[in-house]
Amino acid sequence: MNGPQDLGGQMGFGPVAPEKDEPYFHADWERRALGVTLCAGAMGAWNIDESRHARESLHPADYYSSSYYQIWIKALETLLKRHGFVSERDLGAGDAIDAAATPKRVLQAENVPAVLAKGGPCDRPMAEPARFKAGDPVRTKNFNPTGHTRLPRYARGKRGKIEAVRDGFVFPDSNAHGQGENPQWVYTVVFDGTEIWGEGADPTLVVSIDAWESYLEPA
Amino acid sequence: MSHDHDHDNELDPFAARVRALETILTRKGLIDPAAIDVIVDTYETKIGPRNGARVVAKAWSDPAFADWLKRDATAAIESLSYTGRQGEHMQAVFNTEETHNLVVCTLCSCYPWSVLGLPPVWYKAPPYRSRAVIDPRGVLEEFGLTLPAATRIRVWDSTAELRYLVVPIRPAGTEGWSEERLAELVSRDAMIGTALAREPA
Repeated sequence: MNGPQDLGGQMGFGPVAPEKDEPYFHADWERRALGVTLCAGAMGAWNIDESRHARESLHPADYYSSSYYQIWIKALETLLKRHGFVSERDLGAGDAIDAAATPKRVLQAENVPAVLAKGGPCDRPMAEPARFKAGDPVRTKNFNPTGHTRLPRYARGKRGKIEAVRDGFVFPDSNAHGQGENPQWVYTVVFDGTEIWGEGADPTLVVSIDAWESYLEPA
Repeated sequence: MSHDHDHDNELDPFAARVRALETILTRKGLIDPAAIDVIVDTYETKIGPRNGARVVAKAWSDPAFADWLKRDATAAIESLSYTGRQGEHMQAVFNTEETHNLVVCTLCSCYPWSVLGLPPVWYKAPPYRSRAVIDPRGVLEEFGLTLPAATRIRVWDSTAELRYLVVPIRPAGTEGWSEERLAELVSRDAMIGTALAREPA
């Protein structure tokens, strides 16, 4: 979706302002927000693509005025409601009022190291060979899907070149919506800065994205 | 006007919101608060940019490892036991005299947690995510890094599940240094691409 998350090339946000010796957390609630989000994800009711889509579905004014952990928590409330784990009444009362759906699992403290070490690999074996090979000229599709996609707006309808064939990966555009993993080949595609940004572009700039096969057409 | 000095009411509204959510989920038996403690401790004390710095220092010291890291970063990094969440699929990209690499995630905040730990706020915020792909030199200037005009800049937008680690150029004057000493020269920002490796003092 052309949501607030699709930031590449937008202007007006001001300087980057890196903080010297920045701590990992700026308030104790951020620690709990990280942990609650990971524990809730471990229930197994949604995947990483659905959670990304929940975050980018915040109203743009809300997204841009929220810190990243605030975005996480707001999206988490949406996911928990959607999957029947919390209700509006629970949230309104700040307490467990209504019964919850049954999670696939509950992450216990003793299992955390193993779960974090394992992560969630998204590569999948592919039955079909890759359509493109390194060096092939390609053009990215021009589309504006209303659902989740990982092709940023700045890289749509652009001519580039396949730099590397990666692996088969879960396709976020369907997986985010409960429509299956439908794995596709992923490629690293390089674009000249001038192809993307046109007049006035930095002539020394090359940008790459990692693109699922269905985002690409031969050029 | 009432003045309730109950501790919860001194929390800022968002802290109260997170606490309420944790309370609800805990009372429903959906999460284990002790698991949150372990997660926080892991990312606050165990996993951080020192992991990545050791990967870089080994690549500088051991050409066979550097070659492996180039071909199969996931396996090479796993051999040092740095595995896990948001590091399942790794790519290492090597700076050269001709090309400087910079990593961004314009669509969210994808970042190689297993080697760099949790991302800094600026990496997740709109100014960096919007500008890194269109004005990388301007962004690097804000980090105090001015690249030669002829240097090619390669920006890697992490749009899929590959996570990128920049391997900076080994500074001159470090011949014969141990990996441990070399790792001290490798900052988090150097492995994102917003800095170079530190020069030896």
